[in-house]
Amino acid sequence: MDIAFVIEKFVLVAIIFGISLLIAMYSTYAERKVAAFLQDRLGPDRAGPFGILQPLADGVKMFMKEEIIPSNASKWLFMVGPGLAMLTACIGTAVIPWGSDITIGDRVIPLQVTDINVGILYIFGVVSLGVYGVMIGGWASNNKYSLLSAIRAASQNISYEIAMGLSIIALLLVTGTMSLKEIVEQQHGWHWNVLYQPLGFLLFMICSFAETNRAPFDLPECETELIGGYHTEYSSMKLGFYLFAEYINMFVSSAVMATLYFGGYNYPGMDWVLLHTGPIIGPLIGTLVFFIKIFAFIFFFMWVRWTIPRFRYDQLMHLGWKGLIPLAIANIIITGIVIAIIEKF
Amino acid sequence: MEPLTSKKKVLEQKPLTFAERMYLPAIVKGLSVTISHLFKKEATIRYPEVEREFSTNFRGMHSLKRDEEGRERCTACGLCALSCPAEAITMIAAERKPEEKDLYREEKYAAVYEINMLRCIFCGLCEEACPKEAIYLDGPIVPSDYLRKDFIYGKDKLVEAPLNK
Repeated sequence: MDIAFVIEKFVLVAIIFGISLLIAMYSTYAERKVAAFLQDRLGPDRAGPFGILQPLADGVKMFMKEEIIPSNASKWLFMVGPGLAMLTACIGTAVIPWGSDITIGDRVIPLQVTDINVGILYIFGVVSLGVYGVMIGGWASNNKYSLLSAIRAASQNISYEIAMGLSIIALLLVTGTMSLKEIVEQQHGWHWNVLYQPLGFLLFMICSFAETNRAPFDLPECETELIGGYHTEYSSMKLGFYLFAEYINMFVSSAVMATLYFGGYNYPGMDWVLLHTGPIIGPLIGTLVFFIKIFAFIFFFMWVRWTIPRFRYDQLMHLGWKGLIPLAIANIIITGIVIAIIEKF
Repeated sequence: MEPLTSKKKVLEQKPLTFAERMYLPAIVKGLSVTISHLFKKEATIRYPEVEREFSTNFRGMHSLKRDEEGRERCTACGLCALSCPAEAITMIAAERKPEEKDLYREEKYAAVYEINMLRCIFCGLCEEACPKEAIYLDGPIVPSDYLRKDFIYGKDKLVEAPLNK
């Protein structure tokens, strides 16, 4: 392992970390703007032109707030909770291929921190770890509403993880690999997996909404029943971390959806573009396309949030266990049969 | 009891149809409604920079008028204070000195004229009561402030700007 490799990876990690934080920051702004536009309003427009400095103002506000730890809270866990939520949100970005390889001289730089051969399983593990931040925070607050919310979050995540995993199995039948890099390479040009797995994509997307605790599955923080949910007792930047983690989660799930089903950095006509723009600019255009897909998904997340009312808890469980899981199993069976028939003839 | 209106509609709770149980058609319908609002003109008016256009009979802040020669019309008769249902107007009258002839139109004038904007209900009875056409509620919205005492507007804020000759 040479020193250039270490530097290269370090720079890549720093850039990806920075970009995810930046996107999470501006997602808060975008959320408010999208909400406003969907409701015929203007949204924040006072801080800077078009309110572009609003996230900074919010950040300063968060830092300046008094930090309160409830006297009966479990102090250590109370502090670990938001950190864990943030950590698990951020490390999901490690296996996502952000673009095809850049060639500088004779050196090939992959735009992916690490290409592990069980990439999907890794993402899965990280996403399911995400619930620990919520659980620990809710438990440590020593508040019944926080605890109820944490329990809801845990049961919701467990329920939807099954359907999510089953919808992934159908995808794996099609791709035959668990490495995200290889999955993306297979979707070259127009051969996006969503064309082969429309039902699987739909299931995966619904489960992503549930996993990121976004509306209409935002039961862990439903204000009408549970005050602020698991972060009722949190203040200052600890609260900021929880809110931030939610947006990073949204970014990561959008990236995963774009990678698995919408061809990642592939786009029609990419060969022609790669041929004409060279080995550095070409892959970066692919990265740009990837980010456009991610932003489209983030917009969709917000669009849904400001359209659909929240599910009732029993409806949520009903949908998860009696709706999505049978559908996902049916999807696996149909996919298996079709693949068997294609291989036979 | 007999129903008060004939517009009675009995709602039946039917079991959901298959399409309704799927949620998706309804979700798509809802999404199309919200996205259509994305392209609508926003209803917001950026207030301090832009003001809503008022109707012609809008009643805003009071102004004490001057006549064609730039003299204050008010003669401190007190009819506005008397007509005021909120008792927001107070005044102290004074006699005009010979050298003040070009300042005040009548021999008597209001040395102090105060309106408490927190009491005022902008009914417009003062302008109806005024026999000298001296007070009109034709100004803008009364601006906000921090202290109660700052809402008692004196002649410095109420009297029209002097005419430029």
